[in-house]
Amino acid sequence: MRRYVIIGNGVAAAGCIEGIRSVDAAGSITVISAEEHPVYCRPLISYYLEQKTDRERMNYRAPSFYADNGVTVLYGKRAEKIDPDARQITLSSGESLPYDALCVCTGSSPFVPPMQGLDTVAQKFSFMTLDDALALEQAVTPDSRVLIVGAGLIGLKCAEGLHGRVKSIAVCDLAPRVLSSILDDRCAQMMQQHLEQHGISFLLGTSAKEFQGNKAIMQNGETVGFDVLVLAVGVRANTALVKDAGGTVSRGIAVDTQCRTDLPDIFAAGDCTEYRDISSGAQKIMALMPNAYMQGHTAGVNMAGGEAAFDNAIPMNSIGFFGLHCHTAGSQPEGCEVFEEADSSHIKRLFVKDDRLTGFMLIGHMHRTGIYTALIRNQTPLSSVDFARLRIEPQLAAMGAAYRDRVLKGVI
Amino acid sequence: MKRIYVKEEWCLGCHLCEYNCAFANSGLTDMVKALRGKEIYPRIQVEQDASGITYAVSCRHCEDPICVKSCIAGALSKKDGVIEIDHEKCVGCLTCVLVCPYGAVIEDGSGVAQKCELCTKNASGQPACVAGCPNGAIVFEERG
Repeated sequence: MRRYVIIGNGVAAAGCIEGIRSVDAAGSITVISAEEHPVYCRPLISYYLEQKTDRERMNYRAPSFYADNGVTVLYGKRAEKIDPDARQITLSSGESLPYDALCVCTGSSPFVPPMQGLDTVAQKFSFMTLDDALALEQAVTPDSRVLIVGAGLIGLKCAEGLHGRVKSIAVCDLAPRVLSSILDDRCAQMMQQHLEQHGISFLLGTSAKEFQGNKAIMQNGETVGFDVLVLAVGVRANTALVKDAGGTVSRGIAVDTQCRTDLPDIFAAGDCTEYRDISSGAQKIMALMPNAYMQGHTAGVNMAGGEAAFDNAIPMNSIGFFGLHCHTAGSQPEGCEVFEEADSSHIKRLFVKDDRLTGFMLIGHMHRTGIYTALIRNQTPLSSVDFARLRIEPQLAAMGAAYRDRVLKGVI
Repeated sequence: MKRIYVKEEWCLGCHLCEYNCAFANSGLTDMVKALRGKEIYPRIQVEQDASGITYAVSCRHCEDPICVKSCIAGALSKKDGVIEIDHEKCVGCLTCVLVCPYGAVIEDGSGVAQKCELCTKNASGQPACVAGCPNGAIVFEERG
């Protein structure tokens, strides 16, 4: 009987469990979970603050998930060390845990750059975990002035979650625009205006230089008063276990399309990894929940002796604020052609290079967008489809009769 | 399992399937009350290609559904082959809309996602689009 061990208990781990069990019903599976919670939907912590979900509904799987899959979860324990030669893990409790196949799903941690006087701030929080959200919820009152450092996905979702529960929300970022990792200037501007209309204020192109208790002194000299501080500057992949064991690590743990590290029988999946984005060809961190699941599942199948590959990964994000949605996928390469359509309430920008759709940004009108995503993922030659029609509206009608017959007349 | 398939040679492009879908999923028993003067958000959509051929597109109930793998709320699942959405869990992030290659998951007009569930959760008893198609252009059958 094979012994499978998974370090981490997020969505990549859940995918890994389901991947293993799709091949091997008998092997033992042990999950090492530093967090004291069963797998939950991490991106839902902002919806929790917004009261659009609750702790029970945030569970990613049914309460019987671990029992149904014959999984032992070691809650509140950490993996301290991997010994790839002895094939065993040392736990924070001192025990050793042997494995035949291991998957590292350690995720990422908030990155807090050195900022002067941060220790003088009484109420400061990260916004990564359920426990962060619960602590933040306890700290805020209707009179709280909140300062969020970081106008990325995490900072802005936190702002939306707190909206209506606090007196004011200001967001600062060193970048000159909001959501700088996924939106270009044009799209970011529309999203920022929308957020401002809902009372979120921004200080962009500057960040906090120094904190003095309830006061932040910005790089541009401005002073911002606050009661609660949220640090959402960025995240770092948790790579130390694999690095210390001798595995190849750059910004993330390097994995191939089978989700193998370069250490024998050690796999990795989720936000701790870096892997190939087929839309740009770059090896990078794509810390996205869908990809985490797909990597975890792929790793699980391969760990159990099956064959699986996640070989069409792309970055993609579906995110919305106060009713205005945004879909982005792929990349915007140098020298690409841009097809744009815009009015006051929506923008569509499609990026085309070398007869392929490489990426897009859409704000406002989210209808059948996945047809575009599939063009990127499948690297479909645009000369083989009616792109003039597709540009106007995503539709199978523009994909050709053969594709349509395959998709609509058979089991796929 | 039985799935919905289209016979484009018989499709009239009448869009009745869209109305029947919206009605079946409205929870109401009077079609006029359910649809009159309302914008509909059907889970099946009629398309027309450049040569004028029409056909309806709805969830394919894929063997390996990317929407289920991508759902950030754990709201999509596969039960006995049917891809279902748990509206209690869905938070309306629309990741499923972003990943469905067939454009078969759509926003329901109130901000959350919806998709064809083969009329397993409504009073129709059988897929309403199939039952109501006047020209037999949508079928519900087992195919290999």
